[in-house]
Amino acid sequence: MSGAAGVPLWAALPAAFLLVCGGLLTVLGSLGLLRLKDFYARIHAPTMGGTLGTGCVLIASMLVSSAVAGRPVIHELLITLFIMLTSPVTAMLLMRAAMYRSRD
Amino acid sequence: MKTRPLIPLLPPVLLAVWLLLNDSLAPGQIALGVVFASLVTWAVARLRPLPAWPRKLYLVFGLSLRVLVDIVRSNIGVGRVILGASRRQPLVGFMQIPLDMRDPHGLAMLALIVTGTPGTVWSGHDPEKNILTLHVLDLQDEAAWIHIIKHRYERPLMEIFE
Amino acid sequence: MNAILPWAVHFALACFALAMLFALLRLLRGPAAQDRILALDTLYINGMLTILMLGIGTGSALYFDIALVIALFGFVGATAMAKFLLRGEVIEP
Repeated sequence: MSGAAGVPLWAALPAAFLLVCGGLLTVLGSLGLLRLKDFYARIHAPTMGGTLGTGCVLIASMLVSSAVAGRPVIHELLITLFIMLTSPVTAMLLMRAAMYRSRD
Repeated sequence: MKTRPLIPLLPPVLLAVWLLLNDSLAPGQIALGVVFASLVTWAVARLRPLPAWPRKLYLVFGLSLRVLVDIVRSNIGVGRVILGASRRQPLVGFMQIPLDMRDPHGLAMLALIVTGTPGTVWSGHDPEKNILTLHVLDLQDEAAWIHIIKHRYERPLMEIFE
Repeated sequence: MNAILPWAVHFALACFALAMLFALLRLLRGPAAQDRILALDTLYINGMLTILMLGIGTGSALYFDIALVIALFGFVGATAMAKFLLRGEVIEP
């Protein structure tokens, strides 16, 4: 990882903190997929990685690429917006499907 | 009586998406983006029979700040439940919440907020009786959830959309 | 220079790899079809985050587009499969 060493400290410190937070949140959310016993409990776990984990990583990415390019680069906002809009849709459809399938 | 806002919302949003995607503010990109936004708005107008007319857009900032705080708080809550899962499995359950909001766009936003927050999933809505079925990961205090949904989310959404 | 950012990138990469492993285990083991789709949903989000992490680590802007495409197609795939479970067909007449 050669490109990451040249980032100035004002961007590197918060970005590193956000990356550690995002990684821990995501791994905790996926751990929930294994540890919870019921599907209705498991559907809540990956939302953690999908919302705050993704948000942390994308903010860190914005910080680093702005510092590297020397101007504000905010096009990671697009992925944030897209994930925030779409991951609830998948969760809702899965919930409806599970309710429909467990009825009969 | 609903009043129509001065500018339609979809073309500026599409223009912003185009400029973000290309990551530039060059005049050529802005011109292309205007053409793209107006073409897409024209093409999509037939697909959406019910246009959204949100008003009081300044309320959106307060609401999104509140949702952000709630997402952080419930992330901590769900993380604690997952870590303690070997001692105690969470008490999952459905609950019924009667709503007052009728506007379909407001209901869609409420569904996104509720499902995007870890720990709760929107799992059905009865359009006749206007009752929301909510699935909660750790159902300890039913009245607290009803209070959160009704006061924290539904009231600002009703002010924005109705 | 400062070594904190490469360290954090490696830590996050390890976290996402572990998360993908957990999701893969649930994908292989899941008792019902909806469990497998949920695991697939988690798997593509983690894969997208891994690609973004490589983008931060190498300082290249190319990875952004790859991540965007993974997010788009992952959403379409997961939603189509969930819709199939719900209705028995994806595109209704």
